[in-house]
Amino acid sequence: MSPAFRSNLLQIGLPVILALGLFMPDWAIFLGIISLAKGLVVLGLMLLWRTGLVSFGQGLFYGAGAYMVGILPQYLPITDALLLVLISAVAAGFLAFALGFLLRRYREIFFAMLCLAFSMIFFGILVKSESLGSTDGFNVVETSYLGFVPEEPIVMQRMLYITAAVVAWFACLFVNRYLGSTMGRLSRAIKDNELRVEYLGFSAKRAVHFKIVIAGTMAGAGGALAAIAIGHVDPEMVWWIQSGEFVFVTILSGVGNVIAPLLGSVVFEILRTFAIEYAPQAWQFVVGGCLLAVIMFLPGGLWSLIERSKEGKDDGNSSR
Amino acid sequence: MSIKNLLRGTSVAACLVAGAMTAISGAAQAQEKLKVGVVGFYTGAAAGPFGIPARNAAELMVEAINAGNVPAPYNTKGAGGMEIEAVYIDESGGTTKQVTEYRNMVQRQGVDAVIGYISSGSCLAVAPVAEELKTFTILFDCGTPRIFEDADYQYVFRTSAHATMDSVGAARYIATKFGDTKTYQGINQNYAWGQDSWRDFDLAMQSVLPGSEAAEPLWPKIFQGQYGAEISRLSVSPPEVLHTSFWGGDLESFILQSSARSLHKRTKMLLTTGESVTQRLGRKLPDGVIIGARGPYGILAKETELSKWLSQTFADRFGTKPTFPSYHMAQAFIAMKIAYDNAAAASGGSKPSVDDVAAGLRHKTFEAFGTTIDMKLGKGQQAITPTAYGIAKWDSDTGEQTITDVVTYPAECVNPPAGVNSVDWIKGGMQGAKC
Amino acid sequence: MLTATAILIDGLIEASYLFLVALGLTLIFGVMKILNVAHGSFYAFGAYASATAIGWWFASGFPDYGSFALMFAIAIGLGIIFGLLLEVGLLKRMYGKDEVIIVLVTFASFLMLEDVIIWIWGGNAYFAFEPYSLLGDIQFGTLFYSNYDLALIGLAVALAAGTWLLLNRTAKGRLLLAVIHDTEMAAAFGINVKRYFTVTFIIGATLGCLGGAVMAPKISVAPGIGVEVIVLAFAIVVIGGMGSIWGAIIGALVVGLARAAAVHLLPEVELFVIYAVMTLVLIFRPEGLFMRQKARKI
Repeated sequence: MSPAFRSNLLQIGLPVILALGLFMPDWAIFLGIISLAKGLVVLGLMLLWRTGLVSFGQGLFYGAGAYMVGILPQYLPITDALLLVLISAVAAGFLAFALGFLLRRYREIFFAMLCLAFSMIFFGILVKSESLGSTDGFNVVETSYLGFVPEEPIVMQRMLYITAAVVAWFACLFVNRYLGSTMGRLSRAIKDNELRVEYLGFSAKRAVHFKIVIAGTMAGAGGALAAIAIGHVDPEMVWWIQSGEFVFVTILSGVGNVIAPLLGSVVFEILRTFAIEYAPQAWQFVVGGCLLAVIMFLPGGLWSLIERSKEGKDDGNSSR
Repeated sequence: MSIKNLLRGTSVAACLVAGAMTAISGAAQAQEKLKVGVVGFYTGAAAGPFGIPARNAAELMVEAINAGNVPAPYNTKGAGGMEIEAVYIDESGGTTKQVTEYRNMVQRQGVDAVIGYISSGSCLAVAPVAEELKTFTILFDCGTPRIFEDADYQYVFRTSAHATMDSVGAARYIATKFGDTKTYQGINQNYAWGQDSWRDFDLAMQSVLPGSEAAEPLWPKIFQGQYGAEISRLSVSPPEVLHTSFWGGDLESFILQSSARSLHKRTKMLLTTGESVTQRLGRKLPDGVIIGARGPYGILAKETELSKWLSQTFADRFGTKPTFPSYHMAQAFIAMKIAYDNAAAASGGSKPSVDDVAAGLRHKTFEAFGTTIDMKLGKGQQAITPTAYGIAKWDSDTGEQTITDVVTYPAECVNPPAGVNSVDWIKGGMQGAKC
Repeated sequence: MLTATAILIDGLIEASYLFLVALGLTLIFGVMKILNVAHGSFYAFGAYASATAIGWWFASGFPDYGSFALMFAIAIGLGIIFGLLLEVGLLKRMYGKDEVIIVLVTFASFLMLEDVIIWIWGGNAYFAFEPYSLLGDIQFGTLFYSNYDLALIGLAVALAAGTWLLLNRTAKGRLLLAVIHDTEMAAAFGINVKRYFTVTFIIGATLGCLGGAVMAPKISVAPGIGVEVIVLAFAIVVIGGMGSIWGAIIGALVVGLARAAAVHLLPEVELFVIYAVMTLVLIFRPEGLFMRQKARKI
């Protein structure tokens, strides 16, 4: 894909998602927020994936962000949605930073498994915490938007949608820049052969650590947004099935572009909603079947479709 | 186009066709019917013991109410004169999905009212959304008292008693029947339901039998299915009474494994949800275990015209007798009918507003299937009911499970008074209980 | 003393069935480098099929002890069906893709198989209790144990010994070891690696199904049992070292004994004791207790 097209997409991205928010029917707004929130997690996974790393425990940071939103207002008088999301994201980022010292030493399936182990320990702690409602979880307080508390619930939802869109857009911009930087471009090299990268004088471990922190921060932001939208947090957000779903959406989306995770996330949420509605006895089957179909026939994910249609017009003048 | 491309095309089309449906099914329809979303676990581990018996009861009630076949005083057709149309939605998949589905039901499918939710997590998450969308919602089965103790609701009701009653009733039964009990222990699933059940039972025991002592409780994982080590631990030093709030497959596994190892001969087992597995286990349920039904339901139900009707029509249609989740569902439908009938009378025939409907149920007392339901707690939104415990005995002549030593406790004996937090109530020695 | 005995016996019983499942998982990983999430479904299918068949067997009045043979027959039958369906029908097309992608392929298969179970058997739980009490029980002090459980330990030991003999004392077994050690090199020496893949997958699937089949008389076979087992089996394989037979034995013992000890001594921690052990092992021996560090290729 041409760099010009990529940056165009990013520039027009925010107004387009925001405009969508104004015209979407009420029920779609919620789906939109959840898609953006989970899209943020997937964006982080995409970053790791480009280095050849897969986390089967990203629910850990997603859940950490969500629980921060739930717990924070009980101790501090903060109800502003954007502020809550930022603080939760930073907190999740710190958690990722701490765990990163261990995680960065591992690759391949061991990385995936260690992430899984950490997330399951966190899950166990939450289930044992009766003051946090154990598996029932607890409800999140109502949020405000820059000092403004909307009367109508649907206005509230749209405000949250705008917040989510802004956060997601900034995250995309950031990741896009990072991928263009030297460290970002090293991703592929680390995936292909780490020793060579080290011989070039770069620390692969440090690069991986940085990615873990970024992915954790974005997962925390996603979890925080989801918690506000749902109005409730519980340990299922941390469970390995949830983490598996994030990896699933990463594959569905493809890692060709920073927009892909958001797009894939929307497609997945729509797919699941309708699978549940029209095939209540077979929705897992439909979802699993779609994953298989994508892996077999569309190895680049949904994004490769857009890329291909674009390539046709570009006369094949494209680069990844 | 090559075959590979064709396959690519179809696989993507299959995934994207869902998106197109959005536009088609978006339009809400005007209606004379009363469209009700009925939510429960129709797949997964809770489907067999809870979801399916509840859904069966829902199907039965929708038909019976529409045809006016429910015995008096509920023998008028429809709810508020409207024909009920049920939409069944699966509760599996976590709270994020539940909130999404709830919004879908109300905002896209145009559902007027919702009856549902077995998991307390779902109830906690959905209640504020119901309030936000101003939709009349009856929680029919979930247990946690926190719903109406932590928040106030206008449009959310629960027509079964909360879980505090189960544990208090269990402790009172031990005090009534086995008053010399010195030691008791609990084995409960390590999640909110199990933790709450044990906490309440332990506190209530300390209140009704202050001399008794609890051994360290056991906390197996939910759906563990395999209790070898736990049964050994209990066998090493068996308590006099063993409390468990296990349900479904876990309960069945535990009973089968422990009776094979003779645990039931050495400790008195108290199964707070035991009634829901008595029919399935049949003679494999050892005689002498104490069973509850989360209220006076099933074999613990009082014989009335209504309870006989439910038991008979249910058995004729589905081949098994209704268990407590079926009763919970059936009484939620009766509550909805009452609410709409009252609201229709108030509004004089036009489709009643949601405020009228909610007012039609708030603070009401009515007769359901073998029990009286009193909307007394949570500012008239939360029911209290009597409860009963008894001892299972297999009748080899009739090939049926029977129950002996039944004790029924009045609602105000096992439920906290209005405005009192249930944990505080038990801790404070259950002040104001009328037994 | 009684508690120590109980921990030992309980731990061994728990380890024995987990070993059956984990052995299949580790065999498939060792040979094919596939971390098979669908293994949990094999366990569930084995349990469901066995519960149904045992029910039918006893209802038809066939000789009681024949039900044990029935369980093995079911496991082998299902193992062949799954081997052909998944390995030949699906995974064969995936070789050469990223390991993680193949994990996701098996994850997708797992999701689909979970629904297939519901279509076939519905949402209700099944139990087939007769074989469990058939062998009677045995008493240690005040503790009763079912002989069926002790027989499970025997089965696990027999399978471990059998696998060892197969791998070290037969020609085919040694060739298989060569495939495990270095697939490419084995292929270069003219071993038909693809056939070994299929056979291994069938054996692995059979073991998974067998785990379910022998557990069916003990448990209430209900939706979701596969999920519980696969996570435990993962933990075992990670603790022991992925692809190592010895690792599966040690891993199963560690998990079984850790669980039993937690139940008897510190029930509070039962929920996460296994993940804690797994994390510790990963931190200090990332390749598991029984794996050599891989050489890094430049």
